[in-house]
Amino acid sequence: MIPELGHFTLILALAVALVQAIIPGMGLLLRRTDWMAVAKPACLLQFVLVLTAYGVLTCSFIVHDFSVLYVANTSNSELPLIYRISGVWGAHEGSLLLWLLILSGWTAILGIASKHYPVDMAAGVISVLGFISIGFLLFSLFTSNPFLRYFPAPFDGADLNPLLQDPVMAIHPPMLYMGYVGFAVPFAFAITALIQGRLDTAWARWVRPWALAAWICLTGGITLGSWWAYYELGWGGWWFWDPVENASFMPWLTGTALIHSLAVTEKRHALRNWTVLLAIICFSLSLLGTFLVRSGVITSVHAFASDPTRGVFILAFLGLVVGISLSLFAFRAWQLRTLTPFSLISREMALLSNSVLLLIIMLTVLLGTLYPLMLEALGGGKISVGSPYFSLVFIPLMIPVVILVGIGSVSRWREDTISNLSKQLRTPAILAVVFASVSLLFLPGKVSFTAWFALLLAFWVINSLFTQLKKRLRHSKNLLQDLKRTPRGWYGMILAHMGLSFTVIGIGLSSVYSQEQDVHMLKGDDRTLGEYRFELVDVEKITGPNYKADMGTIRIYKNEKELMTLHPEKRIYNVRKNIMTEASIHSNLLRDLYVSLGEQRDINTGAWSVRLYYKPFILWIWLGGFVMVLGGSLALTDKRYRTSLKQEEIKLDDNNVLAN
Amino acid sequence: MSSQIDKESRLSQKPKRLIYILPLGLFAVLMVIFFFGLGLNPRLVPSPLIGETVPAFSLPKLSNPNELIQHTVLKGEISLLNIWATWCASCKHEHPVLMKIAQSNEVQIYGLYYKDVPSQGVAWLRSYGDPYHENAVDEEGKVGIEWGAYGTPETFLIDQKGIIRYKHIGPISWNDWKTTILPMINTLRNNNDV
Repeated sequence: MIPELGHFTLILALAVALVQAIIPGMGLLLRRTDWMAVAKPACLLQFVLVLTAYGVLTCSFIVHDFSVLYVANTSNSELPLIYRISGVWGAHEGSLLLWLLILSGWTAILGIASKHYPVDMAAGVISVLGFISIGFLLFSLFTSNPFLRYFPAPFDGADLNPLLQDPVMAIHPPMLYMGYVGFAVPFAFAITALIQGRLDTAWARWVRPWALAAWICLTGGITLGSWWAYYELGWGGWWFWDPVENASFMPWLTGTALIHSLAVTEKRHALRNWTVLLAIICFSLSLLGTFLVRSGVITSVHAFASDPTRGVFILAFLGLVVGISLSLFAFRAWQLRTLTPFSLISREMALLSNSVLLLIIMLTVLLGTLYPLMLEALGGGKISVGSPYFSLVFIPLMIPVVILVGIGSVSRWREDTISNLSKQLRTPAILAVVFASVSLLFLPGKVSFTAWFALLLAFWVINSLFTQLKKRLRHSKNLLQDLKRTPRGWYGMILAHMGLSFTVIGIGLSSVYSQEQDVHMLKGDDRTLGEYRFELVDVEKITGPNYKADMGTIRIYKNEKELMTLHPEKRIYNVRKNIMTEASIHSNLLRDLYVSLGEQRDINTGAWSVRLYYKPFILWIWLGGFVMVLGGSLALTDKRYRTSLKQEEIKLDDNNVLAN
Repeated sequence: MSSQIDKESRLSQKPKRLIYILPLGLFAVLMVIFFFGLGLNPRLVPSPLIGETVPAFSLPKLSNPNELIQHTVLKGEISLLNIWATWCASCKHEHPVLMKIAQSNEVQIYGLYYKDVPSQGVAWLRSYGDPYHENAVDEEGKVGIEWGAYGTPETFLIDQKGIIRYKHIGPISWNDWKTTILPMINTLRNNNDV
């Protein structure tokens, strides 16, 4: 009975979504404020309904209701409680419901905050989000209903994919989804602005926190996912250019471009159409990601059970949403164009160049992801081009982006001169060379150009940030007070760029200095890697809640002093009989020691195959990601996003009149 | 891509109307590709190599880089040559099927380990199991090109005389094996007996 209640609330949610989409939308076109007023209650009700449906499904997981087909397929009576809760989004149907929940959640927050926006803008945005909601509700109800029953109910469930039975995997998908779906809000703002013909600095100010929030979630989600891949997949890699990874990385690239372009639109009134286009592309890529993952057009380790009907549905939806938006853009953006001139040497230009570069990188990633698909359309099969292609194109394109971060952060708005820029950038550049060369001396291992260059780029960014700080405080009489008065958005920006340089350091140094050994070891054997000696002490059998495992005990010595003991495991899950490698890792800022247990090579002698890794600075990759999240979050708390937005709007418009 | 850059350099001047329609045009092309991507799923791809003797190679073995493996191993018995890499998601998809084929003892599978770091391949085979009789390491990808590989995975069926009989692009499913490849192997085997 309870699951039917969930099904029913989902149908009700569809009805409410229709109201939420159509009535305020019509109100906007017919200029009827009473119709627009429906927007807020409708989106709140919608959220409550989807939340109820979601709660019902979670409930079915918790009480082990295997008469629900989805629960039977993704859970098991031995599954621990936390994975029963996260198991709700462990497969297609449930993760789609999570998508809907997050969409209605973002919309509800917007509904609550709607008093800060003009009535027509809020109504338009909520209406657009309603249309997206209709699409996904139809998708869920007609092709992927999570509440379908199964008679007779199986005695036990098929279990959650063991790869997903991990704490990070419990938070990674919702975080990623919050990012994906979060870009629906800037998208809805962009569409409303195009319809209304209102595209000004106030508009940019409204959109900024939404785009930033989505970007933060996406950054966090990608970072967690990459970290998970590193310790869970068990061969030490952290990014595989897998189609699904790409599907999350592409909106991140354009999302990064979007938050920067929005800054230009807000501060300088420039690049307005470019910003709108980026907002549309961002959300289109989120939809595209959903299409790629759900339809099975691309094979991937992540791909959920694919089904051609789902593919056709989501393709039609994708075509409709993106087609209409881009047509609207083609038609309206042309009419809304204005000229806000800026020189070739200016901060606008640096930001614009970077966002164009990010877009080009996105397109190359898209090409690499879709190349197999195109080949298939032309008569080939499903294949992947993989990391050789991506490393070849990604790194050379990313280098100018990082260099431009340094240039952009010190250049002036509107117009700057080369002589002025070179004067300001000389010190950071020289210092970057010095710092990079000196730190290379302290690193163990051979001198490497790649490592040096990565350090150079990282120090270049950090130094230019300091130059910016110095410039800001140039005329300061009271340092402390001026630092206090500096808006949080500025500190957030500094922090996020710091995060970028950390990631560059992590990628550069870990790729150059990592050492690994793949060996057979008997109990008591030892191997040396760098300055560390690894000794295999024992391998014993253990039993977990829903798995059995061989657990190794490996002691690590440095200079003959015992440093630590690691316990890698080789697990066999009871239900699906999957074999999982649980690596054991000791991390700190300088290096990771990573041990994973392979197979038993020889039962008589008890030899095991063991993989040993020494990975310096690899933690910095994810540290950088989390620092970016921190920076973004700090910027999000900037008080100008909280002060009454309407007043700001009037003030700003006045400023514009004056400025013009 | 150049159009994008053009667009920017002209932003401060008057942007051409056409540029605003460009995104829509690009998207339309994408949609067409997706549409066919959904509808088509061909497995039989004509390859100029079918009916030809295998292209020659001499590459280090994955199991022991000091030893070489040559194309001549592909003569004498019916065998499969599977092109794979650890960066290839579809290969991971295909891997359990290869394991099952290897366990069935119907045919020997040779691997061409394509454009990848040897140590990672060794690690992969340790983690997931090793269906291959032997692997040749084609780190540069030159041999893969000789064989006409578009990407990975691709699998060739080679008869007793070392002639390529069939090429499968993309991961082999258990169904592909049962309905296409295994019958071909049986036919080849019978012909030889006669």
